[in-house]
Amino acid sequence: MATINKSSAQLMATLVSNKRVGAYHQLLLNVGDLVKSCKPGNFVAIKVGGDSSKMILRRAFAISRVSDISQYGGTMELIVAPHGSGSKWLCSQVEGTEIDIIAPLGTAFGIPTQPINALLIGGGYGSAPLFGLADVLKSRGCKVDMLLGASIGSKIYAPMEGKRSVNSLKIYTEDGSMGETGRVTEPLLDIIAQRNIDVVYSCGPMGMLRAITELVADSDVIHQCAVEEAMACGVGICMTCVLPVKNDDGTTSMLRSCIDGPVMDGSRVRWDLVGKVPEAQ
Amino acid sequence: MMTMPVDMSTTLGNAWFPHPIFTASGCASSGKELAQFFDLKDIGAVVTKSVMNKPRHGRPTPRMAETPSGMLNSIGLQGPGIDAFLATDVPWLLEQKARVIVSIAGETIEEYSTLARKLRSVSGISAVEVNISCPNVENRGMVFACDPDASRRVIDGVRKAIGGELPIIAKLSPDVTNLPDIAKGVVDAGADALALINTVLGMVINIDTMRTHLGGKTGGLSGPAIRPIAVRAIYQVHAALPQIPILGMGGVASGRDALELILAGASGVSVGTASFGNPSAPIAIQNELRDLLAQRGFTTLKDAVGYAHREASI
Repeated sequence: MATINKSSAQLMATLVSNKRVGAYHQLLLNVGDLVKSCKPGNFVAIKVGGDSSKMILRRAFAISRVSDISQYGGTMELIVAPHGSGSKWLCSQVEGTEIDIIAPLGTAFGIPTQPINALLIGGGYGSAPLFGLADVLKSRGCKVDMLLGASIGSKIYAPMEGKRSVNSLKIYTEDGSMGETGRVTEPLLDIIAQRNIDVVYSCGPMGMLRAITELVADSDVIHQCAVEEAMACGVGICMTCVLPVKNDDGTTSMLRSCIDGPVMDGSRVRWDLVGKVPEAQ
Repeated sequence: MMTMPVDMSTTLGNAWFPHPIFTASGCASSGKELAQFFDLKDIGAVVTKSVMNKPRHGRPTPRMAETPSGMLNSIGLQGPGIDAFLATDVPWLLEQKARVIVSIAGETIEEYSTLARKLRSVSGISAVEVNISCPNVENRGMVFACDPDASRRVIDGVRKAIGGELPIIAKLSPDVTNLPDIAKGVVDAGADALALINTVLGMVINIDTMRTHLGGKTGGLSGPAIRPIAVRAIYQVHAALPQIPILGMGGVASGRDALELILAGASGVSVGTASFGNPSAPIAIQNELRDLLAQRGFTTLKDAVGYAHREASI
């Protein structure tokens, strides 16, 4: 069984920047030397609502990238969609606010030791951690192509500086308001048939992750996906964020997406059983 | 202001603990993750997640819904089964020099006895918590703690299987008509102490899907929202059974909250849901509690237990 990320720590981090980017907020937190232990795929659990809040649970956000050379020192970037009361509170915080965080948490995307051809697929703001990943893959000599999809153009997150980290970027929206019309998974079978990718890295809605897993199933392509499941604690003690995952012996275990994930081998997740319970062990 | 040091030690049955704050079963797994945030031996004991005889997947997701100052959970006793638990989790906790209270849960009276027999030969554990009140089971008839006779029979079976040494803590539900009666029944059957309270049965309906939100439909409500229920339950049971130690729990998120449960009659306090929001909550609450006791002139925690019950003139 996996263990908690040994680099994780609880600390107060200063919000040094809060900017609206399309439908999202780009938040920068000063976390000092903690950036050295943050890897693409890791997440942060943030206390929301202030001390007298009726919201008692932390909110989990993917760390989109970290930098130790910014004007503020070591910073962590988050891309947050102000959907629920917790994320709205976070997006309304002014620069200078002290934020209670636990990071880095969870597993990270596997980085190849050899240069490979990587395809990064992001849905909505799920693209955010893929740009940090792209930087790392490029620095290892990998070819990095990216596909981003969303229902509408304003939900595509693709910052200018991020585009420099990738060899190609193609955007899909379901309403055609940006890029090609359609779903981000549509070109995937053709790309696999051309045999020019080794690993798919994905982050986005569970339906997208499942679709990618099914599309790469008959190929040699490895699929590493960052899953999303409702969490109460983020540190492995509440057992709410479990997903059914295949073991080596063919049995299925309910694994915590905060400890054994968020990055998982897509072919191991029993997507058909998400929201159900496997047969008795 | 100078304050006297406070003797924070406490006892549950014949088990002695140097500190009065415990984890709550189901809110600390087996302690490994919380050890990243504080030293487990610095609290009273780790109360492990209720374990059953066989490995168990638990309930489908969604398993969680946040509610005002609380949350519903619907885990359904997911766990590795007692054999794997005793082989790996207990030895690890003992290596950390943590004190361990093992929480057990069964589907039948016989399963509790089987679990107790397996614990009998395990050295190093401080007590066994018999969870007869988990609300997240398919059949509400399995919530033994809602039935005075079934509660007695479970504890009687555990007492016979485990022998006379290891203290038995019976964990009870507040979802009953007459809690002191059920408490008396399990004490008569051999319980040395009581754990009060388990979560309160609740439900959330998603107004977009217009269906119940949790995969298991109902869930257990925990967090500060239920604290007054815990205070009431502890107060009532302590009044009825003043000699029986109570491990109090239910929405404790600060030293002030822990003190409230102690004044109601708890000899120790478990911190559960607060750890989800702040994994160092148990140790922070313990330090706050020490200061609050000192400020009120208590030199030992034991003097504060049930202090709210004293005569009006005192």
